[in-house]
Amino acid sequence: MIIKQISIFVENKPGRLAEITKIIAKNNINIRALSVADTTHFGILRIIVDDPEEVERVLKAEGLTVSITSVITACIHNRPGGLAEVLELLASNDITIEYMYAFIAKSENEAYVVMRIEAEGAAVELLKEHGFTGME
Amino acid sequence: MAKYFNEAMETATRDQLYHLQSYNLSRTIHHVYKNMPMYRERMDAIGLKPEDIHSIDDLHKLPFTYKQDLRDGYPYGMFCVEPKNLIRIHASSGTTGKQTVVGYTQNDIDLWAECAARALVAAGADKDDFVHVSYGYGLFTGGLGLHDGAQKMGATVIPASSGNTARQVTMLQDFGSSILCCTPSYALFIADTLKEQGITLDKIHLKAGLFGAEPWTEQMRAEIEERLGIKAYDIYGLSEISGPGVAYDCECQNGMHINEDHFLIEIIDPDTGEVLPDGEQGEVVFTCITKEALPLIRYRTHDISSITHEKCACGRTFVRMQKPCGRSDDMLIIRGVNVFPSQIESVLLSCGTVDPHYMIYVDRKNNLDIMEIQVEVSADNFSDHVKGMEEMAAKINAGMQSTLGLASKITFVEPGTIPRSEGKAKRVVDKRKLH
Repeated sequence: MIIKQISIFVENKPGRLAEITKIIAKNNINIRALSVADTTHFGILRIIVDDPEEVERVLKAEGLTVSITSVITACIHNRPGGLAEVLELLASNDITIEYMYAFIAKSENEAYVVMRIEAEGAAVELLKEHGFTGME
Repeated sequence: MAKYFNEAMETATRDQLYHLQSYNLSRTIHHVYKNMPMYRERMDAIGLKPEDIHSIDDLHKLPFTYKQDLRDGYPYGMFCVEPKNLIRIHASSGTTGKQTVVGYTQNDIDLWAECAARALVAAGADKDDFVHVSYGYGLFTGGLGLHDGAQKMGATVIPASSGNTARQVTMLQDFGSSILCCTPSYALFIADTLKEQGITLDKIHLKAGLFGAEPWTEQMRAEIEERLGIKAYDIYGLSEISGPGVAYDCECQNGMHINEDHFLIEIIDPDTGEVLPDGEQGEVVFTCITKEALPLIRYRTHDISSITHEKCACGRTFVRMQKPCGRSDDMLIIRGVNVFPSQIESVLLSCGTVDPHYMIYVDRKNNLDIMEIQVEVSADNFSDHVKGMEEMAAKINAGMQSTLGLASKITFVEPGTIPRSEGKAKRVVDKRKLH
């Protein structure tokens, strides 16, 4: 349920995101999921990949600023209300989410939500208790 | 209207000045040798005795004094009088967090006020004038320096201090301000504000302004004169020597007259220390010959300029210096505040960046200086969420505020984007075109 996410600092200038994704492609890294947090001057590209430690090493060698963060994934139903269900569960237990994003799983009926939660242990326990599974 | 504040002194013959300066230099060297251990050691080290200084022709034999000496003696180690004889302290931002502290006796304040009064009168001020001082009041010498000068010449002082431009503009209209004293960029900012508020020049009563504490150009002078409908005069000073009034423009606006009965000027080659002749550019060095508390000898200002002894049409015999056209160190003057890149580096270090790579961009927008600091992100300061990065920027900015008293914009950039240089790193891009 807990997986490693790669975060990359991206300066907010034209073409920079394309350049960085090109570096990722060149190193034969498949992005399974991604999100970009953006501000006026910079963005943070967050990606889920198969071998995060190796990808961290490769991207650092390319001169990028990279960090690894642990995030929680939960499999939800790909239907109206699927996301609300998990968010309500966390909210009613006073667990706050720093940021999140979602993507469709291989099966069309399911989606994954990726969440960065400070109270990681409590969140995992709660989700498991309620029958949620995560990405392994 | 009097043309000079102190005609006898300002128009003294060079011969009279030579004898007066030589006498005062010799007296000051005896005083310093006796009361400033740091300088005595420096003279002893080269076997120089106060008796060896007979006239100003011997000035070049004396060792230099540096800003570092003031730092080493922080706060009062260089003072040559008992603390009880001091009547005021001023300070400017130093290079490494600690301020450069200076002190004055009653005589020191009086002679400084006289110098500032001469500058005001040379700019056309007289007893009937209302002198509006928009320099900051406080440890910075700008505010109180012009204040004392205006009071000394019998004008009416409006101690407006800096900031709150809307209120300043109201005062300019209602209080009858006729002489404006502030930084040149602030004068232009006031002109912008007048325009914004639709206030025409016939609603204000300014006739002249004394501007200094930061570098400015002849183009800026022309712009200030046109937009405020006044004559704009340059005034030069530094707290280590006294404050504003060390040198001042006359009506010819053709180089600033040094108050040579109090301060000796030399232009030196900053690398060899050799004294350069008239007209040649080099580092400005001052020697105080009448001060009591802090009579610095051959103080290296790091300002780059040149001097001329040519006779001035105004009748003053004092030597003139050109507007400083740069620095021989990396000091920046931003909104009148002295800023050293090393101060910025120390703030970055204190905010947890282990090996900071940064570049300082200074620009002038709407006539106000702005400073942007670009910092490369690294493992030390990179946070995976936006809030963390914003908190880091706010922390750095708060550090800049408390160290420099200046707001700055912090921008994070990718590693490797700030050019690396061999040897001395280039830390500053100044886009203001001040020289």
